[in-house]
Amino acid sequence: MQRYSGFGLVKHALSHHEHWERQWRNPTPKKQYDVIIVGGGGHGLATAYYLAKEHGITNVAVVEKGWLGGGNTARNTTIVRSNYLWDEAAALYEHSMKLWEGLSQDINYNVMFSQRGVLNLGHTLQDMRDIQRRVNANRLNGIDSEVLDADGVQKIVPILDCSKRARYPVMGASWQPRAGVARHDAVAWGYARAADALGVDLLQNTEVTGFKIRDGQVYGVHTNRGDIEAKTIGCVTAGNSGVLAKMAGFRLPLESHPLQALVSEPLKPILDTVVMSNHVHGYISQSDKGDLVIGAGIDGYNGYGQRGSFPTVEHTLQAIVEMFPIFSRVRMNRQWGGIVDTCPDACPILSKTPVKGLFFNCGWGTGGFKATPGSGHVFAASLAKGEMHPIAAPFSIDRFHSGALVDEHGAAGVAH
Amino acid sequence: MFQIYCPYCEELREEEEFHPKGQAHIVRPANPEACSDEEWGDYLFFRDNPRGIHHELWVHAVGCRKFFNVTRHTVSYAILETYKIGEQPSVTAEPAVSESTTSTDDVRQGVRA
Repeated sequence: MQRYSGFGLVKHALSHHEHWERQWRNPTPKKQYDVIIVGGGGHGLATAYYLAKEHGITNVAVVEKGWLGGGNTARNTTIVRSNYLWDEAAALYEHSMKLWEGLSQDINYNVMFSQRGVLNLGHTLQDMRDIQRRVNANRLNGIDSEVLDADGVQKIVPILDCSKRARYPVMGASWQPRAGVARHDAVAWGYARAADALGVDLLQNTEVTGFKIRDGQVYGVHTNRGDIEAKTIGCVTAGNSGVLAKMAGFRLPLESHPLQALVSEPLKPILDTVVMSNHVHGYISQSDKGDLVIGAGIDGYNGYGQRGSFPTVEHTLQAIVEMFPIFSRVRMNRQWGGIVDTCPDACPILSKTPVKGLFFNCGWGTGGFKATPGSGHVFAASLAKGEMHPIAAPFSIDRFHSGALVDEHGAAGVAH
Repeated sequence: MFQIYCPYCEELREEEEFHPKGQAHIVRPANPEACSDEEWGDYLFFRDNPRGIHHELWVHAVGCRKFFNVTRHTVSYAILETYKIGEQPSVTAEPAVSESTTSTDDVRQGVRA
């Protein structure tokens, strides 16, 4: 792999940037691998990378029906934070946050991780009580978190309407300074390039059409490019996880919903942090390109259509204008949707399944991007050892029968 | 934007008058105490999540406030029919009897569907 550096940039400038090597190969599928990862998004590619790097398992294929990072990795609002309420979830997302902090160096790819802080606003007394509870829980788990009053919020975001005449006045917020944003595509490309350099085969335009299962043990997949065999298979397919589970003969407690986001025309720098509000229901940040990146809730109905509904756009923008009257005349540039697999307790599923050798990593719902490195890291360890990593263990599918849910719904400052 | 035909109001109305309430035809176990953890968990949390034809419960929230069923395609989003509570869908995914339409007397079977 050609290492990226400032020096390399200067060197290639001399030849008009015409001789950069391709970031990854385009191999033909082998008949057999040690591990197959189904799904070439951020989580799947991270899993492949950590399998190769940390566990020395390099005979790995990532099978992707479209192109790398073309699903929810390309469609999210790039927010990274770890201020989750419950110990289990906090451990998982904070594990991820620590990996984010060294990620660009680790994979030699600038993922533009910018720790510009995240505010979760409170607009009611109950919001503020929940925020205090969550911040205290975060601090006990070693996660940086503060409670701010309205004046404190106003200092960080001068353009936010913190006045008393707002319909839902801002009473305060939780503030995580280490949180921020990252460049979503670069995360997928960086992991892909690093995994490829370690020998992982990235198979694009290869769609899994079924599983090969004998005596309750998986031993391969059927694809549109022929059968590929492996005794260990990890499915990391977000919105389509339910479809794959059905192919393997079991059900998941997931429902797939469209979640949309939109960006405005590019503006001069005006917002240097991330503002989320659960109560008026919207979140916003400004990308390095200058566009405001805006998101909000899912459409309430099931859907695989990768597009959102107009009423949701309207509600989202109402919330943004409520918080930022200054943006009322900003024009929106693009709008799109991704398919999120939501779990009843708003926590992911990292789990063995009724089929031996088949593992699922899904159910990240509306908040999977922030967990990309951590999810890949613990899932790779689980695939390598055949037993779930201690951080992943509480997220087993069994919790929906035992009742040991990790109920982050409404608790995590999540704008669902 | 959907236009949804409310089978009670007998009119086409805008999507914003309605709320989706999840999968339809889920039968509550007649005797929850007799359920195993697995059956109860399946009833509470496990849902069909088809890529294709899906039967859903909707409520006409700011209209007549009645619940009714919708058969909808989850990729094209086309609404294929709406029908009252207690009725069975006329459009189903092939094979003819979809999993989600199970409403037999056997409650346990209903739970698993």
